[in-house]
Amino acid sequence: MKFHALLRYATPAHAYTLAGRLLPWLFALGLLLTAAGLYVGFGLAPTDHQQGESYRIIYLHVPAAWLSMVIYLAMALWAVLGWVLNTRLSSMMARALAPTGALFTFLALWTGALWGKPTWGTWWVWDARLTSELILLFLYIGFLALQDAFEDPRQGDRAAAVLALVGVVNVPIIYLSVQWWSTLHQGASISVSSGSSIAAPMLLGLLLCALGLWLHAGAITLLRLRSIIIEREQARQARWLERLRPQRPKGPQGPQEART
Amino acid sequence: MRSVFLAVLHRELLLGWRRRSDLFTLAFFFVMVVSLFPLALGPDAAQLRAMAPGVLWVAALLSVTLSLGRLFANDHADGTLEQLMLSPEPLSWLVLAKILAHWLHAGLPLVLLTPLLALQFGLPGDAIGVLVLSLLIGTPVLSLLGAVAAALALGTRGGGVLVAVLVLPLYVPVLIFGAGAVGAHGSGLGAGPHLKMLAGVLALSSVLAPWASAAALRVVAE
Repeated sequence: MKFHALLRYATPAHAYTLAGRLLPWLFALGLLLTAAGLYVGFGLAPTDHQQGESYRIIYLHVPAAWLSMVIYLAMALWAVLGWVLNTRLSSMMARALAPTGALFTFLALWTGALWGKPTWGTWWVWDARLTSELILLFLYIGFLALQDAFEDPRQGDRAAAVLALVGVVNVPIIYLSVQWWSTLHQGASISVSSGSSIAAPMLLGLLLCALGLWLHAGAITLLRLRSIIIEREQARQARWLERLRPQRPKGPQGPQEART
Repeated sequence: MRSVFLAVLHRELLLGWRRRSDLFTLAFFFVMVVSLFPLALGPDAAQLRAMAPGVLWVAALLSVTLSLGRLFANDHADGTLEQLMLSPEPLSWLVLAKILAHWLHAGLPLVLLTPLLALQFGLPGDAIGVLVLSLLIGTPVLSLLGAVAAALALGTRGGGVLVAVLVLPLYVPVLIFGAGAVGAHGSGLGAGPHLKMLAGVLALSSVLAPWASAAALRVVAE
């Protein structure tokens, strides 16, 4: 398929159909992979010799933290695309991604606190990575608040795009904060250049969970995108929405209709 | 280009001078917020000395945030902003003049008040010097980043709280390096690295923030 053939999915009507077709697959695959990852992580992976069983929170914590950053980057990308190219669907995509990203940021902080209590002996420390993840949550909240503060949703989209672009500076800071500052939060155990320093079943479980949650985030985003498309298109009274209405039986079947 | 910059700057300064009471209100807000902390925390001298840089920095952050509403709102209401946008000069350049004027009104008075307030907290002389220097480098960043948020919140419902929600997360690095400079000086590490990071943030934001606020103004005012 050529690239310009893909571009037809930039219209809300086609994107709505495509998202509807992808949704069940993403949900099913995401559930399957997450379940498999949790089985590997809780059933097969060995106990950590320093942290004991409590390390197993990483199967949720690490994917959530990854996603919180990746979704912010994706959201900023879509928002800026919508701002620069003036494509309606891009801004809708950014709007659909924001709540999911905020939830994963919250989840990363929450699971981190649950892990920190048995391991560090405290729910929260003001170290670089925790603080910058918290700022990421604030940035998501600012993005969401700004989008909804305008009467005209398109204006809200563009304003939020400017904010997302300014906030993007924060993402590399979060990612590199563990290397830049000597803090309580440990460094990364997995890296592209030097490979992994954790046991193979742990890594497998982690990757399965990450992939599963990734698909889940995609499914939730598309679900929200479909609602946003309907909402926006209804506001401008788009014709194609007529096709989505349930077909009423035609002809002289008035009484039957009245009964149902 | 320079004459337009100076004209906008002159106009802003004149407007600020004609509304002198606003400036005094803002300065007194700063003084009052700082004075609340000893009342809340008790008069323990050692504790107050340790907290002074953070308290003064947070108070400066709040004062500047409160003053951001004025930056574009009046010009937006009376149509001046539209005239500025119609100008053939780059809007970011005109915005930079407004930001500079804002700093002279809202940032510089706080820097000048700081030594007096720091004495009340019992900071030693050299620490006061570092604190004033950190505020001198840091408060222009507050005006620069604040201009982006003030432009974005223009024409929204309930702008004041929104500006604070947008801008305070962006202020965090400035706060960390600014207040950290005094702490590093006190612990013998030297304030140099913190102040240099702060200067780096100032350099970066003085290039990018006028451009971003000009873009935000165009988005909001269409």
